[in-house]
Amino acid sequence: MNPLKWIKRREAYVRQREQWMQDLMTAGQVEEGRRKFMKMAALAAGAAAGASFVPHSFTLVDVVNANTQVGQQPFTFAYISDSHLYEKTLNERFVRQLERAVADVNALDPQPDFILYGGDLAQLGQPSELKLGQQILKELKAPVKMMVGEHDWFFDLGDLWKEMFGAPYYSFDHKGTHFVTLMSVNEKDFWTAKKLTPMQRMQIVAGLDDGRQSRFEVGEEEREWLRRDLAKVPKTTPLVVFSHSPLYKYYRDWNFWTEDAEPIQALLHPFKSVTVIHGHTHQVLTNRIGNIHFHGMLSTAWPWPYAPTGLPRLTVQMNRPDPFNQTEGMGDGAITVNKSGYVDMRYDMWNRNPLIVSERYLASNGTQDAPPKTTLPSY
Amino acid sequence: MKKKDWLKISVLGVCLIAAMTFFRVAHAQQQALPKHPPVKSDGKNLIVQLCDGQTNIEVPGVDPNGRLTAEQAQAVSHQLMSMWMAKADKATADAWMKEANVATESNASQDAPKEKKPVARQGTGRTDKAVSEKKESKQLVDFSARDYSIWDKELAKEIDYGNQIFHSDQLIGSTNGIACAMCHPNGANTHPETYPKFQLQLKRVALLRDMINWCIENPARGTRLAADDPKMRALEAYIMAQRKGTAMQPGKH
Ligand SMILES: [Fe+2]
Ligand SMILES: [Fe+2]
Repeated sequence: MNPLKWIKRREAYVRQREQWMQDLMTAGQVEEGRRKFMKMAALAAGAAAGASFVPHSFTLVDVVNANTQVGQQPFTFAYISDSHLYEKTLNERFVRQLERAVADVNALDPQPDFILYGGDLAQLGQPSELKLGQQILKELKAPVKMMVGEHDWFFDLGDLWKEMFGAPYYSFDHKGTHFVTLMSVNEKDFWTAKKLTPMQRMQIVAGLDDGRQSRFEVGEEEREWLRRDLAKVPKTTPLVVFSHSPLYKYYRDWNFWTEDAEPIQALLHPFKSVTVIHGHTHQVLTNRIGNIHFHGMLSTAWPWPYAPTGLPRLTVQMNRPDPFNQTEGMGDGAITVNKSGYVDMRYDMWNRNPLIVSERYLASNGTQDAPPKTTLPSY
Repeated sequence: MKKKDWLKISVLGVCLIAAMTFFRVAHAQQQALPKHPPVKSDGKNLIVQLCDGQTNIEVPGVDPNGRLTAEQAQAVSHQLMSMWMAKADKATADAWMKEANVATESNASQDAPKEKKPVARQGTGRTDKAVSEKKESKQLVDFSARDYSIWDKELAKEIDYGNQIFHSDQLIGSTNGIACAMCHPNGANTHPETYPKFQLQLKRVALLRDMINWCIENPARGTRLAADDPKMRALEAYIMAQRKGTAMQPGKH
């Protein structure tokens, strides 16, 4: 990864705000400008005036080195998640943003071992949306592991997604780590009794705060599959689980939630090191329950606000996104699996410096290597 | 298609147009706020009207566009009040006088609180013990359960309409499928309590409605709403209702 690229993007964002401020002051439109304009003009003549400007809504973050130990062979995989594509003619911006993430990941040097797509590729599960997404993801150079999200599923209950991308839950081994991808967004039938059309069902599920839907769950059948899959794996093998919804209970009303989180966690607790990487929450999100470390992925479409209650203690919030910039609080990222099996989670946020939530931060229960605090927390 | 069918369709069309026109007119009427009728005057002297919209007096020697001195204004005010009290029923007038006297007394002397027998009155925000202990005191304005029920239902209707608009890309007039709730579930992170505040990018102090219009025009690629548009009013109602109980913090960034 070329850090220069990030610095350039961050600087472009800072420069834009500085330009607006300068324009206002030059025009004498703000009190500050009327008093200080002469002073500013003199300064600007001397050097690059914007160079020392640090806007309040923006945190300049130093790149933290990954927590690597001597003699280990860590490997890296990248992630892209929650693109929520409409057809290009309806919404070109979401398409451009997924393309941006693809370009970001293709520019990683060295290339990641593989890329996890975290679910919600489509917005309303339409064939045109899923096919558009598949077309764009084909541009990725490294192999892609697909996960399903509720927006991909509830139009035809997964028929087309399965046809296009295969089984919705599966496991694989990579460089000594056991990976499991779950389908965690099953919902109890709320549509048959109400005689809803597939589109009505999809629309309801697509509404994050729409209380007419059920809560996400992995379900009994898939839990049994997971139990049998994990039975074959030695307890010392590092375990990484992909799931669209967080595999814990954060905020019920928005399905930042998995109804059967406890029985699933019980299956994971016997392992020495377990990491869960999830989508759906569209935000920097960090949690630890015993031996399980949890990390949420960024969206390429839009950021969700932090929920009013239930935020895990270890989460260091990302800055509240700037509503005047349409790619704020979004991005993609890369995950390094350390020798211990735990990971360093990197958030490559557009407009900002990369943010790393390290293994050391979680292992120390937040006492070491804390990510920089936000200057703009949620209201 | 037969002639008869065409006739049916045209009749239907005419009805539709008529209905639409009617609803527009009805809507415009609903928008107009009630006003007191203008006072009839020969235009020679200034006329001052009481807030009941009925009690008027003419002030001789003062031009209709002129200004009253502080003394004249006080005298006019007293006179209007006594005219109103003469019209009011005795119980109401007595209660009013009692309260007015108490207010005057307590302003004049602060050292005899036990003598005060203030009358509880809705909306005065009083918390002193004398009010709650004085059981026989008559409330000047007494709201019934019907009042509360009407207030709650009407507000709930407005909030519910706002809720629908907030969750629909079509009702908000979005051209790219984006609805408010897609980034703001339950109105989260709209923080209406922080307005007004200066927004650099708008180059002025922004109100909540300016930010609503920002989101309609930019992320949602729609057409901005007038400040008094029924949709804007409903959106404000919904957004603010989500933050009920939150402390006002205008200017907070
Ligand atoms: Fe999503
Ligand atoms: Fe989702």
